[in-house]
Amino acid sequence: MALHFELVTPAKLVRSEEVHMVVVPGAEGEFGVLEGHAPFMSTIRDGAVQVYKTAGGEPESIEVRGGFAEVGDKGLTVLAEHVED
Amino acid sequence: MASLKELKDRIGSVKSTQKITKAKQMVAAAKLRKAQAAAEAARPYAERLATVMGSIATKVSGDGAPRLLAGTGSDKRHLMVVVNTDKGLCGGLNSNIVKEAKTQARKLIAEGKDVTFFLVGKKGRAPLKREFADAIGDGFDTSDVRNIGYAEAEAIAEKLVGMFEAGSFDVAHLVYPVFKSALAQDPVTQQLIPVPAPEAAEASDAVVEYEPDEEAILTELLPRYVKTQLFGALLEREASEQGASMTAMDNATRNAGELIDKLTIQYNRSRQAAITTELIEIIAGAEAL
Repeated sequence: MALHFELVTPAKLVRSEEVHMVVVPGAEGEFGVLEGHAPFMSTIRDGAVQVYKTAGGEPESIEVRGGFAEVGDKGLTVLAEHVED
Repeated sequence: MASLKELKDRIGSVKSTQKITKAKQMVAAAKLRKAQAAAEAARPYAERLATVMGSIATKVSGDGAPRLLAGTGSDKRHLMVVVNTDKGLCGGLNSNIVKEAKTQARKLIAEGKDVTFFLVGKKGRAPLKREFADAIGDGFDTSDVRNIGYAEAEAIAEKLVGMFEAGSFDVAHLVYPVFKSALAQDPVTQQLIPVPAPEAAEASDAVVEYEPDEEAILTELLPRYVKTQLFGALLEREASEQGASMTAMDNATRNAGELIDKLTIQYNRSRQAAITTELIEIIAGAEAL
């Protein structure tokens, strides 16, 4: 029941963990990814990726700039050029 | 035969040189660890990007492909992007890179192509200028950047993509050293622009949805791919520089040690000879009385 979420920048692998849901700021609108999402690929605009560790819990926001998101069999991978820590 | 004082001074000077090379070696060793870690940390991004590129590039092909992937349709004008270091004291690293760049350039010229250079780093300029004085084009100076990072790669890539779009070259090659170990850094040449069609990823039967659409994503992806390639090259250069420097300085320290031993023996022999001569003089003087 967990989604594998990876956040990668050119400098390092920022996150690689099992989460409940991630809301990604897509170029054409935000989208939420849960486990079992259909294969999907989108560019992202600058904004916050919200990571929900558990259902109904408080999201953790990570500011990202430039990049794209890919949803595949292995989960969600967000490739961002910059991440504000 | 050098006098005792001269020998002593010589030993002192070699000793201080040895101290410097030893210090440089240790600095390089520490920096190498950091540079290697950085190169390793950058790998996941490059790998994922390559996978995504592979899966998407196979879908967008033919007329719809952006110019960065399809090329200008000609391959007359070549640009060699040569990544050298900014500092010396790293053995044969820079001359090896320059040698590789020259070989590639000569091959292209023999095929009747035009070659220009785009130099990153200071150390390649002089030797390349000697042979290809008219072909040295623009460059990118990294000498005042302390920690080379993605920002520099971005700046170089923007410059290159800008030049490509302005039509100043058809094909760009990237020449940079690949760090294998502290002893071996091999310069390699790879095509940068147009982006070589990646190996087709295993065709997954799942239908992927794209947002906005394949072409828009690919158009955004390609410059990013070029950036990542350059970033990788810069990191490899960093690691190679430190590795080569470490090895070169290790050799220099060892050579200095050998020289010191040799000079010390020579010094002791001369000293002994001087003492013996003095004794003989005294004895001879005493006997004469």
